[in-house]
Amino acid sequence: MERYYQPEIECASREQIKAWQDERLVKQVRHVWDNVPYYRKKMEEKGLTPDDIQSSDDLHKLPFVTKADLREAYPYGLVAKPLKECVRIQSTSGTTGKRVVAFYTQHDIDLWEDCCARAIMAAGGTDEDVCQVSYGYGLFTGGPGLNGGSHKVGCLTIPTSSGNTERQIMFIKDLSATILCCTPSYAAYIGETMKEMGLTPDQIPLKAGIFGAEAWSEEMRQDIQNTLGIKAYDIYGLTELSGPGVSFECSAQTGMHINEDHFIAEIIDPDTGEVLPEGSKGELVFTSITKEAFPLLRYRTRDICMLTREKCSCGRTHVKMCKPMGRSDDMLIIRGVNVFPSQIETVLLNHGYPANYQIIVDRVKNTDTLDVQVEMTPEMFTDNMGEIAKRQKELVDGLRSMLGLAAKVTLVAPKSIVRSEGKAVRVIDKRKI
Amino acid sequence: MSIKQISVFIENKPGVLYAMTGVLAQGGVDMRSFTLAETSDFGIARIIVDDVYKASTTLKDAGYVHSISDVLGVAVPDEPGGLSKVLQALTDAQVNVEYMYVFQGHKNTGSAYTIFKVADNAAAAAALSQRGIKVIDQAEIEKL
Repeated sequence: MERYYQPEIECASREQIKAWQDERLVKQVRHVWDNVPYYRKKMEEKGLTPDDIQSSDDLHKLPFVTKADLREAYPYGLVAKPLKECVRIQSTSGTTGKRVVAFYTQHDIDLWEDCCARAIMAAGGTDEDVCQVSYGYGLFTGGPGLNGGSHKVGCLTIPTSSGNTERQIMFIKDLSATILCCTPSYAAYIGETMKEMGLTPDQIPLKAGIFGAEAWSEEMRQDIQNTLGIKAYDIYGLTELSGPGVSFECSAQTGMHINEDHFIAEIIDPDTGEVLPEGSKGELVFTSITKEAFPLLRYRTRDICMLTREKCSCGRTHVKMCKPMGRSDDMLIIRGVNVFPSQIETVLLNHGYPANYQIIVDRVKNTDTLDVQVEMTPEMFTDNMGEIAKRQKELVDGLRSMLGLAAKVTLVAPKSIVRSEGKAVRVIDKRKI
Repeated sequence: MSIKQISVFIENKPGVLYAMTGVLAQGGVDMRSFTLAETSDFGIARIIVDDVYKASTTLKDAGYVHSISDVLGVAVPDEPGGLSKVLQALTDAQVNVEYMYVFQGHKNTGSAYTIFKVADNAAAAAALSQRGIKVIDQAEIEKL
Protein backbone atom coordinates (compact mmCIF):
# COMPACT_ATOMS: atom_id res chain seq x y z
CA MET A 1 0.00 0.00 0.00
CA GLU A 2 1.29 3.45 -0.93
CA ARG A 3 2.01 5.67 2.04
CA TYR A 4 2.05 9.46 2.08
CA TYR A 5 3.44 11.94 4.56
CA GLN A 6 0.96 14.67 3.60
CA PRO A 7 -1.71 12.93 1.50
CA GLU A 8 -3.97 15.98 1.26
CA ILE A 9 -1.10 17.85 -0.42
CA GLU A 10 0.64 15.05 -2.31
CA CYS A 11 -2.62 13.81 -3.86
CA ALA A 12 -4.38 17.18 -4.20
CA SER A 13 -6.29 17.97 -7.37
CA ARG A 14 -4.44 19.82 -10.14
CA GLU A 15 -6.81 22.77 -9.59
CA GLN A 16 -5.86 22.89 -5.93
CA ILE A 17 -2.15 22.76 -6.75
CA LYS A 18 -2.56 25.57 -9.27
CA ALA A 19 -4.47 27.64 -6.73
CA TRP A 20 -1.64 27.23 -4.19
CA GLN A 21 0.93 28.14 -6.78
CA ASP A 22 -0.98 31.24 -7.94
CA GLU A 23 -1.43 32.57 -4.44
CA ARG A 24 2.08 31.76 -3.23
CA LEU A 25 3.86 33.10 -6.30
CA VAL A 26 2.10 36.45 -6.08
CA LYS A 27 3.04 36.67 -2.41
CA GLN A 28 6.64 35.60 -3.08
CA VAL A 29 7.13 38.21 -5.82
CA ARG A 30 5.89 40.92 -3.47
CA HIS A 31 8.22 39.57 -0.75
CA VAL A 32 11.38 39.77 -2.90
CA TRP A 33 10.39 43.14 -4.37
CA ASP A 34 10.07 44.55 -0.88
CA ASN A 35 13.15 42.89 0.64
CA VAL A 36 15.74 42.13 -2.00
CA PRO A 37 17.08 45.14 -3.93
CA TYR A 38 18.88 42.78 -6.30
CA TYR A 39 15.53 41.31 -7.44
CA ARG A 40 13.81 44.65 -7.55
CA LYS A 41 16.53 45.95 -9.87
CA LYS A 42 16.27 42.90 -12.12
CA MET A 43 12.50 43.31 -12.33
CA GLU A 44 12.75 47.04 -12.97
CA GLU A 45 15.17 46.38 -15.81
CA LYS A 46 12.40 44.34 -17.44
CA GLY A 47 9.85 47.05 -16.67
CA LEU A 48 8.04 44.85 -14.16
CA THR A 49 6.35 45.58 -10.85
CA PRO A 50 4.72 43.04 -8.52
CA ASP A 51 1.33 43.99 -10.02
CA ASP A 52 2.36 42.35 -13.29
CA ILE A 53 2.33 38.97 -11.59
CA GLN A 54 -1.29 38.04 -10.93
CA SER A 55 -0.97 34.25 -11.08
CA SER A 56 1.44 31.49 -12.02
CA ASP A 57 0.45 32.14 -15.65
CA ASP A 58 2.55 35.32 -15.42
CA LEU A 59 5.63 33.49 -14.22
CA HIS A 60 7.23 33.59 -17.68
CA LYS A 61 7.46 37.40 -17.47
CA LEU A 62 9.98 37.29 -14.64
CA PRO A 63 13.72 37.42 -15.30
CA PHE A 64 15.81 34.31 -14.77
CA VAL A 65 18.22 33.87 -11.91
CA THR A 66 21.45 32.05 -12.69
CA LYS A 67 24.38 30.74 -10.74
CA ALA A 68 26.24 33.87 -11.87
CA ASP A 69 23.65 35.98 -10.02
CA LEU A 70 24.21 33.92 -6.88
CA ARG A 71 27.95 34.51 -7.12
CA GLU A 72 27.52 38.20 -7.75
CA ALA A 73 25.16 38.55 -4.81
CA TYR A 74 27.37 36.47 -2.48
CA PRO A 75 27.00 36.31 0.44
CA TYR A 76 23.94 38.35 1.50
CA GLY A 77 22.67 39.91 -1.73
CA LEU A 78 19.69 37.56 -2.16
CA VAL A 79 18.74 37.12 1.47
CA ALA A 80 15.12 38.22 1.94
CA LYS A 81 14.84 38.06 5.73
CA PRO A 82 16.78 39.85 8.46
CA LEU A 83 19.71 37.67 9.55
CA LYS A 84 18.34 37.50 13.07
CA GLU A 85 15.38 35.52 11.70
CA CYS A 86 17.68 33.10 9.88
CA VAL A 87 18.74 29.99 11.78
CA ARG A 88 20.96 28.04 9.37
CA ILE A 89 23.16 28.16 6.33
CA GLN A 90 24.06 25.32 3.99
CA SER A 91 26.51 25.51 1.17
CA THR A 92 27.32 23.90 -2.16
CA SER A 93 30.55 22.05 -2.73
CA GLY A 94 31.85 24.87 -4.91
CA THR A 95 33.14 22.49 -7.58
CA THR A 96 32.12 24.82 -10.39
CA GLY A 97 33.44 27.99 -8.79
CA LYS A 98 32.70 29.97 -5.70
CA ARG A 99 30.53 28.32 -3.10
CA VAL A 100 26.87 29.22 -2.98
CA VAL A 101 25.63 29.93 0.53
CA ALA A 102 21.90 29.45 1.14
CA PHE A 103 20.02 30.78 4.17
CA TYR A 104 17.10 29.26 6.07
CA THR A 105 14.57 30.47 8.60
CA GLN A 106 13.05 27.87 10.93
CA HIS A 107 10.00 27.86 8.63
CA ASP A 108 12.28 27.07 5.64
CA ILE A 109 13.92 24.19 7.51
CA ASP A 110 10.49 22.80 8.42
CA LEU A 111 9.26 22.81 4.84
CA TRP A 112 12.51 21.31 3.58
CA GLU A 113 12.27 18.50 6.12
CA ASP A 114 8.65 17.93 5.12
CA CYS A 115 9.82 17.39 1.56
CA CYS A 116 12.40 14.84 2.73
CA ALA A 117 9.77 13.13 4.89
CA ARG A 118 7.57 12.75 1.81
CA ALA A 119 10.50 11.09 0.02
CA ILE A 120 11.10 8.66 2.87
CA MET A 121 7.43 7.66 3.06
CA ALA A 122 7.28 7.30 -0.73
CA ALA A 123 10.10 4.77 -0.32
CA GLY A 124 7.90 2.85 2.12
CA GLY A 125 9.24 4.38 5.33
CA THR A 126 7.13 4.55 8.53
CA ASP A 127 7.76 5.26 12.21
CA GLU A 128 8.67 1.59 12.60
CA ASP A 129 11.69 1.91 10.33
CA VAL A 130 15.31 2.44 11.21
CA CYS A 131 16.77 4.98 8.83
CA GLN A 132 20.54 5.23 8.43
CA VAL A 133 21.66 8.55 6.98
CA SER A 134 25.05 8.02 5.37
CA TYR A 135 25.08 11.30 3.49
CA GLY A 136 27.66 13.76 4.74
CA TYR A 137 26.53 16.03 7.57
CA GLY A 138 27.70 19.61 7.66
CA LEU A 139 27.51 22.29 5.00
CA PHE A 140 26.34 19.68 2.50
CA THR A 141 22.53 19.45 2.50
CA GLY A 142 22.32 15.66 2.14
CA GLY A 143 22.83 14.68 5.77
CA PRO A 144 20.83 17.45 7.49
CA GLY A 145 17.94 17.17 5.00
CA LEU A 146 17.33 13.44 5.24
CA ASN A 147 18.05 13.51 8.97
CA GLY A 148 15.23 16.04 9.45
CA GLY A 149 12.90 14.11 7.16
CA SER A 150 13.60 10.88 8.99
CA HIS A 151 12.70 12.54 12.31
CA LYS A 152 9.45 13.87 10.87
CA VAL A 153 8.43 10.40 9.68
CA GLY A 154 9.35 9.11 13.12
CA CYS A 155 12.02 6.67 11.99
CA LEU A 156 14.72 5.73 14.44
CA THR A 157 17.50 7.73 12.83
CA ILE A 158 21.15 6.64 12.71
CA PRO A 159 23.23 9.67 11.76
CA THR A 160 26.38 7.85 10.64
CA SER A 161 27.29 10.50 8.05
CA SER A 162 29.58 9.24 5.28
CA GLY A 163 32.79 7.24 5.61
CA ASN A 164 34.05 4.32 7.71
CA THR A 165 32.20 1.80 5.58
CA GLU A 166 32.71 -1.24 7.81
CA ARG A 167 31.17 0.66 10.70
CA GLN A 168 28.25 1.64 8.44
CA ILE A 169 27.66 -2.03 7.74
CA MET A 170 27.99 -2.94 11.40
CA PHE A 171 25.24 -0.42 12.28
CA ILE A 172 23.01 -1.62 9.45
CA LYS A 173 23.37 -5.17 10.74
CA ASP A 174 23.39 -4.66 14.51
CA LEU A 175 20.68 -1.98 14.65
CA SER A 176 18.60 -3.46 11.84
CA ALA A 177 18.56 -0.44 9.58
CA THR A 178 15.80 -0.83 7.01
CA ILE A 179 16.35 2.35 5.01
CA LEU A 180 19.67 3.69 3.76
CA CYS A 181 20.15 7.29 2.58
CA CYS A 182 23.37 8.20 0.74
CA THR A 183 24.79 8.94 -2.68
CA PRO A 184 24.31 6.14 -5.23
CA SER A 185 28.04 5.69 -5.61
CA TYR A 186 28.42 5.25 -1.85
CA ALA A 187 25.54 2.76 -1.85
CA ALA A 188 27.37 0.77 -4.53
CA TYR A 189 30.54 0.90 -2.43
CA ILE A 190 28.72 -0.26 0.69
CA GLY A 191 27.34 -3.16 -1.36
CA GLU A 192 30.80 -4.05 -2.60
CA THR A 193 32.25 -3.94 0.91
CA MET A 194 29.45 -6.16 2.22
CA LYS A 195 30.29 -8.70 -0.41
CA GLU A 196 33.95 -8.61 0.59
CA MET A 197 32.90 -9.15 4.20
CA GLY A 198 31.03 -12.27 3.05
CA LEU A 199 27.55 -10.84 3.67
CA THR A 200 24.69 -11.72 1.33
CA PRO A 201 21.66 -9.41 0.79
CA ASP A 202 19.40 -11.68 2.86
CA GLN A 203 21.70 -11.30 5.88
CA ILE A 204 21.04 -7.58 6.10
CA PRO A 205 17.71 -6.01 7.02
CA LEU A 206 17.72 -3.12 4.50
CA LYS A 207 14.61 -2.89 2.32
CA ALA A 208 14.91 0.51 0.67
CA GLY A 209 17.47 3.15 -0.23
CA ILE A 210 17.08 6.85 -1.03
CA PHE A 211 19.95 7.89 -3.22
CA GLY A 212 20.72 11.25 -4.79
CA ALA A 213 23.06 14.24 -5.09
CA GLU A 214 24.68 12.84 -8.21
CA ALA A 215 23.67 11.44 -11.58
CA TRP A 216 23.16 7.70 -11.78
CA SER A 217 21.90 5.40 -14.48
CA GLU A 218 19.16 2.74 -14.56
CA GLU A 219 21.96 0.15 -14.85
CA MET A 220 23.43 1.41 -11.60
CA ARG A 221 20.01 1.21 -9.95
CA GLN A 222 19.64 -2.45 -10.94
CA ASP A 223 23.12 -3.15 -9.68
CA ILE A 224 22.52 -1.51 -6.27
CA GLN A 225 19.11 -3.18 -5.92
CA ASN A 226 20.68 -6.58 -6.53
CA THR A 227 23.75 -6.23 -4.32
CA LEU A 228 21.86 -4.73 -1.38
CA GLY A 229 18.59 -6.60 -1.93
CA ILE A 230 16.56 -3.39 -1.71
CA LYS A 231 14.43 -1.05 -3.80
CA ALA A 232 16.50 2.00 -4.73
CA TYR A 233 14.73 5.37 -4.99
CA ASP A 234 16.05 8.51 -6.59
CA ILE A 235 15.86 11.91 -4.88
CA TYR A 236 16.69 15.28 -6.42
CA GLY A 237 17.48 18.68 -5.04
CA LEU A 238 19.75 21.69 -5.07
CA THR A 239 21.23 23.60 -2.16
CA GLU A 240 20.07 26.78 -3.88
CA LEU A 241 16.44 25.67 -3.52
CA SER A 242 16.71 23.94 -0.10
CA GLY A 243 18.51 20.63 -0.63
CA PRO A 244 17.36 17.08 -1.34
CA GLY A 245 13.62 16.62 -1.62
CA VAL A 246 12.80 19.15 -4.32
CA SER A 247 11.57 16.00 -6.03
CA PHE A 248 11.57 12.30 -5.17
CA GLU A 249 10.67 8.93 -6.57
CA CYS A 250 7.62 6.89 -5.60
CA SER A 251 6.92 3.16 -5.89
CA ALA A 252 6.44 3.52 -9.66
CA GLN A 253 10.15 4.39 -10.04
CA THR A 254 9.39 6.20 -13.29
CA GLY A 255 10.38 9.74 -12.45
CA MET A 256 10.49 12.06 -9.47
CA HIS A 257 7.46 13.96 -8.18
CA ILE A 258 8.30 17.62 -7.77
CA ASN A 259 6.88 19.15 -4.58
CA GLU A 260 4.77 21.63 -6.48
CA ASP A 261 3.28 23.24 -3.40
CA HIS A 262 6.80 24.60 -2.77
CA PHE A 263 8.41 24.74 -6.19
CA ILE A 264 7.08 25.68 -9.63
CA ALA A 265 8.94 23.86 -12.37
CA GLU A 266 9.34 25.02 -15.96
CA ILE A 267 11.18 23.57 -18.92
CA ILE A 268 12.80 26.17 -21.15
CA ASP A 269 14.85 26.27 -24.31
CA PRO A 270 18.33 26.91 -22.89
CA ASP A 271 19.26 29.13 -25.84
CA THR A 272 16.19 31.33 -26.17
CA GLY A 273 14.80 31.11 -22.64
CA GLU A 274 11.39 30.35 -24.12
CA VAL A 275 9.09 28.13 -22.03
CA LEU A 276 8.53 24.76 -23.73
CA PRO A 277 5.33 22.69 -23.61
CA GLU A 278 4.98 19.65 -21.34
CA GLY A 279 6.93 16.65 -22.55
CA SER A 280 9.66 18.75 -24.21
CA LYS A 281 13.27 18.24 -23.37
CA GLY A 282 14.94 21.38 -22.09
CA GLU A 283 16.49 23.13 -19.14
CA LEU A 284 14.78 22.75 -15.80
CA VAL A 285 13.90 26.03 -14.06
CA PHE A 286 12.57 26.31 -10.52
CA THR A 287 10.80 29.00 -8.56
CA SER A 288 10.63 28.53 -4.81
CA ILE A 289 7.27 29.90 -3.69
CA THR A 290 7.39 29.19 0.03
CA LYS A 291 10.97 29.92 1.05
CA GLU A 292 11.38 32.97 3.22
CA ALA A 293 15.10 33.55 3.67
CA PHE A 294 16.48 32.61 0.28
CA PRO A 295 13.72 32.65 -2.32
CA LEU A 296 14.77 32.05 -5.91
CA LEU A 297 12.60 33.08 -8.82
CA ARG A 298 13.08 31.17 -12.07
CA TYR A 299 16.40 29.67 -11.10
CA ARG A 300 18.12 28.01 -14.04
CA THR A 301 19.37 24.63 -12.84
CA ARG A 302 21.28 23.87 -16.07
CA ASP A 303 19.90 20.34 -15.79
CA ILE A 304 18.37 19.02 -19.00
CA CYS A 305 15.13 17.31 -18.19
CA MET A 306 11.55 16.48 -19.17
CA LEU A 307 8.33 16.87 -17.17
CA THR A 308 5.19 14.78 -17.29
CA ARG A 309 1.79 15.19 -15.64
CA GLU A 310 0.62 11.76 -16.70
CA LYS A 311 -1.35 10.03 -13.95
CA CYS A 312 0.99 8.14 -11.65
CA SER A 313 0.11 4.71 -10.25
CA CYS A 314 1.17 5.86 -6.76
CA GLY A 315 -1.74 8.29 -6.54
CA ARG A 316 0.38 11.44 -6.27
CA THR A 317 -0.72 14.26 -8.52
CA HIS A 318 2.42 16.38 -8.53
CA VAL A 319 4.32 16.66 -11.80
CA LYS A 320 7.14 14.17 -12.42
CA MET A 321 10.59 14.95 -13.78
CA CYS A 322 12.86 12.39 -15.41
CA LYS A 323 16.43 11.81 -14.30
CA PRO A 324 18.43 14.84 -15.50
CA MET A 325 19.96 13.92 -18.85
CA GLY A 326 22.93 16.25 -18.66
CA ARG A 327 23.76 19.90 -18.25
CA SER A 328 22.66 22.59 -20.65
CA ASP A 329 25.85 24.58 -20.26
CA ASP A 330 27.82 21.91 -22.05
CA MET A 331 25.26 20.30 -24.32
CA LEU A 332 26.02 20.29 -28.02
CA ILE A 333 23.54 19.67 -30.78
CA ILE A 334 25.33 17.88 -33.59
CA ARG A 335 23.33 16.88 -36.66
CA GLY A 336 20.26 17.28 -34.49
CA VAL A 337 21.54 14.91 -31.84
CA ASN A 338 22.16 16.12 -28.29
CA VAL A 339 25.68 15.33 -27.22
CA PHE A 340 27.20 15.86 -23.79
CA PRO A 341 30.96 15.91 -23.27
CA SER A 342 30.41 13.66 -20.26
CA GLN A 343 29.15 10.91 -22.61
CA ILE A 344 32.30 11.19 -24.68
CA GLU A 345 34.43 11.15 -21.56
CA THR A 346 32.75 7.94 -20.41
CA VAL A 347 33.59 6.22 -23.69
CA LEU A 348 37.21 7.40 -23.57
CA LEU A 349 37.71 6.18 -20.02
CA ASN A 350 36.08 2.85 -20.84
CA HIS A 351 38.58 2.37 -23.64
CA GLY A 352 41.58 3.09 -21.46
CA TYR A 353 42.25 6.60 -22.74
CA PRO A 354 43.02 9.45 -20.36
CA ALA A 355 40.54 12.25 -19.71
CA ASN A 356 42.70 14.64 -21.72
CA TYR A 357 40.56 15.32 -24.72
CA GLN A 358 39.01 18.05 -26.76
CA ILE A 359 35.86 18.02 -28.80
CA ILE A 360 35.93 19.99 -32.03
CA VAL A 361 32.65 20.65 -33.76
CA ASP A 362 32.60 22.19 -37.20
CA ARG A 363 30.31 22.48 -40.18
CA VAL A 364 31.62 21.25 -43.51
CA LYS A 365 29.36 21.51 -46.59
CA ASN A 366 26.31 22.07 -44.36
CA THR A 367 27.00 18.97 -42.30
CA ASP A 368 28.14 19.07 -38.70
CA THR A 369 31.35 17.24 -37.95
CA LEU A 370 32.48 15.92 -34.60
CA ASP A 371 36.16 15.38 -34.02
CA VAL A 372 37.29 13.95 -30.71
CA GLN A 373 40.94 14.66 -30.12
CA VAL A 374 42.65 12.39 -27.65
CA GLU A 375 46.18 12.61 -26.41
CA MET A 376 48.42 9.64 -27.12
CA THR A 377 49.95 8.14 -23.99
CA PRO A 378 53.04 5.98 -23.53
CA GLU A 379 50.72 3.15 -22.43
CA MET A 380 48.62 3.32 -25.58
CA PHE A 381 51.50 3.79 -28.01
CA THR A 382 52.98 0.96 -29.99
CA ASP A 383 55.18 0.73 -33.07
CA ASN A 384 52.41 -1.31 -34.66
CA MET A 385 50.35 0.98 -36.89
CA GLY A 386 47.63 -1.64 -37.33
CA GLU A 387 47.20 -1.98 -33.58
CA ILE A 388 46.81 1.77 -33.13
CA ALA A 389 44.30 1.90 -35.99
CA LYS A 390 42.37 -0.97 -34.43
CA ARG A 391 42.10 0.81 -31.08
CA GLN A 392 41.10 3.99 -32.86
CA LYS A 393 38.31 2.14 -34.63
CA GLU A 394 37.12 0.58 -31.37
CA LEU A 395 36.85 4.07 -29.95
CA VAL A 396 34.90 5.30 -32.99
CA ASP A 397 32.52 2.35 -32.62
CA GLY A 398 32.16 3.01 -28.90
CA LEU A 399 31.30 6.67 -29.56
CA ARG A 400 28.79 5.72 -32.23
CA SER A 401 26.92 3.38 -29.94
CA MET A 402 26.93 5.91 -27.07
CA LEU A 403 26.00 9.00 -29.09
CA GLY A 404 24.17 7.51 -32.05
CA LEU A 405 26.43 9.62 -34.20
CA ALA A 406 29.56 9.07 -36.25
CA ALA A 407 32.56 10.82 -34.77
CA LYS A 408 36.12 11.07 -35.93
CA VAL A 409 38.86 10.24 -33.47
CA THR A 410 42.15 12.06 -33.86
CA LEU A 411 45.16 11.01 -31.86
CA VAL A 412 47.23 14.02 -30.90
CA ALA A 413 50.59 14.54 -29.26
CA PRO A 414 50.87 14.39 -25.48
CA LYS A 415 50.29 17.73 -23.69
CA SER A 416 49.10 19.28 -26.96
CA ILE A 417 45.64 19.93 -25.55
CA VAL A 418 45.82 23.21 -23.72
CA ARG A 419 45.54 22.98 -19.95
CA SER A 420 43.80 25.78 -18.15
CA GLU A 421 44.03 26.73 -14.54
CA GLY A 422 40.30 26.64 -14.05
CA LYS A 423 37.83 24.44 -15.82
CA ALA A 424 39.24 22.59 -18.82
CA VAL A 425 38.17 23.81 -22.25
CA ARG A 426 36.60 20.64 -23.59
CA VAL A 427 34.63 21.93 -26.51
CA ILE A 428 35.60 24.09 -29.47
CA ASP A 429 32.58 24.86 -31.61
CA LYS A 430 33.72 26.38 -34.90
CA ARG A 431 30.28 26.37 -36.51
CA LYS A 432 28.98 29.63 -37.83
CA ILE A 433 25.26 29.25 -37.96
CA MET B 1 71.16 -10.47 -32.59
CA SER B 2 69.10 -7.35 -33.10
CA ILE B 3 69.32 -3.60 -33.13
CA LYS B 4 67.22 -0.97 -31.39
CA GLN B 5 64.75 1.11 -33.32
CA ILE B 6 63.06 4.11 -31.76
CA SER B 7 59.45 4.75 -32.84
CA VAL B 8 58.10 8.22 -32.14
CA PHE B 9 54.45 9.28 -32.23
CA ILE B 10 54.00 12.49 -34.19
CA GLU B 11 51.02 14.35 -35.52
CA ASN B 12 50.61 14.70 -39.25
CA LYS B 13 50.79 18.47 -39.58
CA PRO B 14 53.25 21.10 -40.73
CA GLY B 15 56.30 21.68 -38.57
CA VAL B 16 56.20 18.63 -36.34
CA LEU B 17 58.99 16.74 -38.09
CA TYR B 18 61.11 19.82 -38.04
CA ALA B 19 60.45 20.26 -34.34
CA MET B 20 61.34 16.66 -33.57
CA THR B 21 64.55 16.62 -35.59
CA GLY B 22 65.43 19.90 -33.91
CA VAL B 23 65.08 18.25 -30.52
CA LEU B 24 67.35 15.38 -31.59
CA ALA B 25 69.89 17.80 -33.02
CA GLN B 26 69.90 19.77 -29.76
CA GLY B 27 70.49 16.51 -27.92
CA GLY B 28 73.46 15.72 -30.15
CA VAL B 29 71.85 12.56 -31.53
CA ASP B 30 73.31 11.24 -34.79
CA MET B 31 70.76 9.41 -36.89
CA ARG B 32 71.68 6.41 -39.00
CA SER B 33 68.30 6.08 -40.57
CA PHE B 34 64.95 7.82 -40.53
CA THR B 35 61.70 6.63 -42.01
CA LEU B 36 58.11 7.65 -41.63
CA ALA B 37 54.87 5.69 -41.60
CA GLU B 38 51.80 7.86 -41.75
CA THR B 39 48.02 8.03 -41.63
CA SER B 40 46.05 11.17 -42.44
CA ASP B 41 46.31 12.46 -38.88
CA PHE B 42 49.32 10.91 -37.22
CA GLY B 43 52.52 9.15 -38.05
CA ILE B 44 55.25 7.04 -36.56
CA ALA B 45 58.82 8.16 -37.15
CA ARG B 46 61.15 5.17 -36.95
CA ILE B 47 64.76 6.03 -36.34
CA ILE B 48 68.03 4.21 -35.89
CA VAL B 49 70.54 6.23 -33.93
CA ASP B 50 74.11 6.11 -32.72
CA ASP B 51 73.12 6.28 -29.05
CA VAL B 52 69.73 4.82 -28.10
CA TYR B 53 69.84 5.92 -24.47
CA LYS B 54 70.68 9.52 -25.35
CA ALA B 55 68.01 9.68 -28.04
CA SER B 56 65.37 8.15 -25.79
CA THR B 57 66.01 10.49 -22.86
CA THR B 58 66.18 13.50 -25.18
CA LEU B 59 62.79 12.62 -26.68
CA LYS B 60 61.24 11.88 -23.31
CA ASP B 61 62.42 15.17 -21.85
CA ALA B 62 60.84 16.99 -24.79
CA GLY B 63 57.53 15.22 -24.14
CA TYR B 64 57.47 12.82 -27.07
CA VAL B 65 55.70 9.49 -26.70
CA HIS B 66 57.98 6.81 -28.12
CA SER B 67 58.82 3.15 -27.85
CA ILE B 68 61.92 1.07 -28.48
CA SER B 69 61.70 -2.17 -30.39
CA ASP B 70 64.13 -4.82 -31.51
CA VAL B 71 64.53 -5.05 -35.25
CA LEU B 72 66.83 -7.01 -37.48
CA GLY B 73 69.66 -5.20 -39.27
CA VAL B 74 71.13 -6.88 -42.30
CA ALA B 75 74.12 -5.89 -44.42
CA VAL B 76 73.06 -6.42 -48.01
CA PRO B 77 75.68 -6.48 -50.80
CA ASP B 78 75.14 -3.32 -52.81
CA GLU B 79 74.69 -5.10 -56.15
CA PRO B 80 71.82 -6.36 -58.34
CA GLY B 81 69.95 -9.19 -56.61
CA GLY B 82 71.39 -8.35 -53.18
CA LEU B 83 68.07 -7.70 -51.46
CA SER B 84 66.36 -10.50 -53.32
CA LYS B 85 68.81 -13.01 -51.86
CA VAL B 86 68.03 -11.83 -48.35
CA LEU B 87 64.30 -12.05 -48.89
CA GLN B 88 64.63 -15.50 -50.38
CA ALA B 89 66.33 -16.70 -47.21
CA LEU B 90 63.54 -15.23 -45.08
CA THR B 91 60.85 -16.68 -47.34
CA ASP B 92 62.40 -20.14 -47.18
CA ALA B 93 62.40 -19.88 -43.39
CA GLN B 94 58.72 -18.72 -43.52
CA VAL B 95 59.51 -15.43 -41.80
CA ASN B 96 56.88 -12.77 -42.41
CA VAL B 97 58.22 -9.25 -42.91
CA GLU B 98 55.95 -6.71 -41.23
CA TYR B 99 57.86 -3.81 -42.74
CA MET B 100 61.36 -3.04 -43.95
CA TYR B 101 63.46 -0.15 -45.13
CA VAL B 102 66.91 0.31 -46.58
CA PHE B 103 69.63 2.80 -45.82
CA GLN B 104 73.14 3.39 -47.01
CA GLY B 105 75.95 3.61 -44.49
CA HIS B 106 77.86 6.84 -44.75
CA LYS B 107 81.18 5.03 -44.97
CA ASN B 108 81.69 3.27 -48.27
CA THR B 109 81.43 -0.33 -47.14
CA GLY B 110 79.98 -1.73 -50.34
CA SER B 111 76.85 -2.69 -48.41
CA ALA B 112 73.39 -1.26 -48.01
CA TYR B 113 71.72 -1.82 -44.69
CA THR B 114 68.24 -3.17 -44.43
CA ILE B 115 66.08 -3.03 -41.35
CA PHE B 116 63.45 -5.74 -41.02
CA LYS B 117 60.56 -5.83 -38.62
CA VAL B 118 59.73 -9.49 -38.12
CA ALA B 119 57.98 -11.48 -35.41
CA ASP B 120 61.00 -13.59 -34.45
CA ASN B 121 64.38 -11.87 -34.75
CA ALA B 122 66.40 -14.90 -33.65
CA ALA B 123 64.81 -17.25 -36.20
CA ALA B 124 65.25 -14.72 -38.99
CA ALA B 125 68.89 -14.05 -38.02
CA ALA B 126 69.64 -17.76 -37.98
CA ALA B 127 68.07 -18.25 -41.42
CA LEU B 128 70.16 -15.41 -42.83
CA SER B 129 73.44 -16.47 -41.21
CA GLN B 130 72.97 -19.96 -42.68
CA ARG B 131 73.08 -18.43 -46.14
CA GLY B 132 76.14 -16.36 -45.31
CA ILE B 133 74.22 -13.08 -45.06
CA LYS B 134 75.63 -10.68 -42.52
CA VAL B 135 73.35 -9.63 -39.67
CA ILE B 136 74.60 -6.53 -37.88
CA ASP B 137 74.28 -5.63 -34.23
CA GLN B 138 73.92 -2.44 -32.24
CA ALA B 139 77.68 -2.03 -31.82
CA GLU B 140 78.09 -1.95 -35.58
CA ILE B 141 75.34 0.60 -35.98
CA GLU B 142 77.16 2.85 -33.55
CA LYS B 143 80.33 2.59 -35.62
CA LEU B 144 78.70 3.25 -38.97
